[in-house]
Amino acid sequence: MADLATTNLNANTVADDYIAQVARKRLYSGLMLLFFVVLMVSGFQVASTRNGGSFWGGIDNFFDYPAEVVSEAWANLDQLPGFMWEYLPALLETFNIAALSTLIGAAFAVVLSLLSTRGLARFPRLIPVFRRIMDATRAIPEIVVALVLIFIMGGGPVPAMIAIAIHTAGALGKLFSEVNENADLKPIDGLASVGASWSQRMLLGVVPQVAPNWLSYALLRLEINIRASAILGFVGAGGLGYELKNAISWGPGRFDEAAAMFIILFLTIMIVDQVSSYFRDRLVHGAAGRS
Amino acid sequence: MAMLDSSADLSLQATQLFRRKRMTTFAVLLAIVAYFAYIFVAFDIPALWQRANAENAKTLVADAYSYKTHVTMDNRNSEITVSIEGDRKARYTEANEPDWVVRGDETTEIDLGDGHLVTFAPNFVTYDVPDFGLMTFEVSRSRGVIQTYPVDADQLPDWISASKNRVGITTDAGRLSVTRNRSEVFRYFNGWELFFFALESPYYGKSFGEISGLALNGEAAAIFHDFWHNPLWRHGAVVWALFETILMAFLGTLGAAILALPLAFMAARNFAPLFAVRFAVRRFFDFVRGVDALIWTIILTRAFGLGPLTGALAILITDSGTFGKIFSEALENVDSKQIEGIQSTGAKPLQRYRFGVLPQIIPVLLSQVLYFLESNTRSATVIGAITGGGIGLMLVQAIITQKDWEEVSYYIVLIILMVMFMDWFSGWLRKRLIRGK
Repeated sequence: MADLATTNLNANTVADDYIAQVARKRLYSGLMLLFFVVLMVSGFQVASTRNGGSFWGGIDNFFDYPAEVVSEAWANLDQLPGFMWEYLPALLETFNIAALSTLIGAAFAVVLSLLSTRGLARFPRLIPVFRRIMDATRAIPEIVVALVLIFIMGGGPVPAMIAIAIHTAGALGKLFSEVNENADLKPIDGLASVGASWSQRMLLGVVPQVAPNWLSYALLRLEINIRASAILGFVGAGGLGYELKNAISWGPGRFDEAAAMFIILFLTIMIVDQVSSYFRDRLVHGAAGRS
Repeated sequence: MAMLDSSADLSLQATQLFRRKRMTTFAVLLAIVAYFAYIFVAFDIPALWQRANAENAKTLVADAYSYKTHVTMDNRNSEITVSIEGDRKARYTEANEPDWVVRGDETTEIDLGDGHLVTFAPNFVTYDVPDFGLMTFEVSRSRGVIQTYPVDADQLPDWISASKNRVGITTDAGRLSVTRNRSEVFRYFNGWELFFFALESPYYGKSFGEISGLALNGEAAAIFHDFWHNPLWRHGAVVWALFETILMAFLGTLGAAILALPLAFMAARNFAPLFAVRFAVRRFFDFVRGVDALIWTIILTRAFGLGPLTGALAILITDSGTFGKIFSEALENVDSKQIEGIQSTGAKPLQRYRFGVLPQIIPVLLSQVLYFLESNTRSATVIGAITGGGIGLMLVQAIITQKDWEEVSYYIVLIILMVMFMDWFSGWLRKRLIRGK
């Protein structure tokens, strides 16, 4: 654009340049959009050809299964509460897997995040090591760990719990360390000046500052983990997912039980969702009276 | 708000506050301990140690970095085959057999190293273990396996398990098992055998230098073909499965975003003045989000069959609820001044949205979409295991067959690398798109 500076900047050239620039920008955006649309369409086509049934063949049947389940549940409506009661222990197990793994994962996340935050770390040289540990544990999908542990330990809630806890430690660790970075360092300096050890500095200087945000993230994670725990049950880790799989592969005749399980799972997720969003709001924005 | 407490009062208050806080902390800790105690009972932890199978763990770890070559003799016709992992697709021919198997006229000698020597002959097998002696096993159709040991039969060491019809011997050098139907020797080696080329490939056993030399001489395509279609490791299929998993995540995430954007306008207070519409759309989002991905997966599998499309649609439906919620919140936070500015130039509603609203929410939108793209790669692995698509399915199959743990560890490494790559890629794209080039 050196010639622009030397030639006279009359309004015409500026306007022409602007129009040309806009046209170029539009062309690029248009091409990007076209590329994107082609990518999506061809992607769906590829996925469709690899699928057992096609999209257009299946779209009509979309409501068949829900309709079957609902009609069977409707026919045995009086038994539904009984089924819900019957599967409550399985639901409790699914919830316990999620709760325990959140608790354990969060505990590890706290330590990992404190060790990998600049300014707080106990061993500043090892910060990259702890960060990579968090990256790796975050990258491991729960199903990988769960399946391997099921092979070693046999089925049951513990493999799923460990698998979710490992992923939670990495995922929460990253969020926690972002929170830690915003912590005020003055209380820590103060504590250091009176001879507090590293754990005392963290416990008394950092934790009170960041605990509300930590708790908020942990609650959000609990929601996610309940879903994960239900899914892992489906591949053999116990809890409601496992019962659901059995009821579904049984086919018609046990759809009423499946419906009962759908309902209690849906309700649990909704309740946890609502309760946690209420508490998260309070934790981050303070209680209604105080703010 | 000047409080005229005396210092004594203040210290009393402070002490009380401290005591209350301490009590709260103590109560929380107690609750957690009580919860752990409850879990200990509810998850039946003591029984876990009994159920846990250390042998499985050992095979898993050993198999992850080593492989075994089977030398098998069919005791009915004395035919001997040498193959890797006993796999039909990895059977040696007479020509390329390993040199530790020496075939004679009548007997075949198998050298397990460190002085361990096994001999296969029609109807009998011998195993010479250093510092122990020669064992002979005669196979008889009517009387089972007739065993001769250098020690008395009741003083057998615990690495020999013997019964009338079966003998199993495990030493550091390998394993021998003899039954009426067949005799089999395993010898263990480190590494992932045949990872690059199968036995029948002309490139098997060649060094990297030789291969690159051949590649330069115009055989690159043939070399790649043999590698890609390796019947044991199936590299082509694995790469395709990885692609399928990423495809599921991509289609699901972007499809959800496209579906959620117009709906989000209907759920935002400042764009949908009608309360009923807003309420309906918001409850719809809640419903879609609340019905777990698992349930959607089940419903969709019934309608569309197994495959990647089903997985993509499951992600699409679940995430459209989440995106709808996030997008509508972002829309409620847009600055109305820009929209008014556009409106003052006489722009129609669609133009107002395009030039007044979209530029404001695009950064939020993109960063959320990219974040979900990364996390959905992980979900797609899990959903693929249920709906039958992608690397998740291959992993589950490999684990269920419980045969090839080196394949399992290979898939696990690939999955972790894939997720890390998507993590890095979405971060890179986010930086480029949002913070400018």
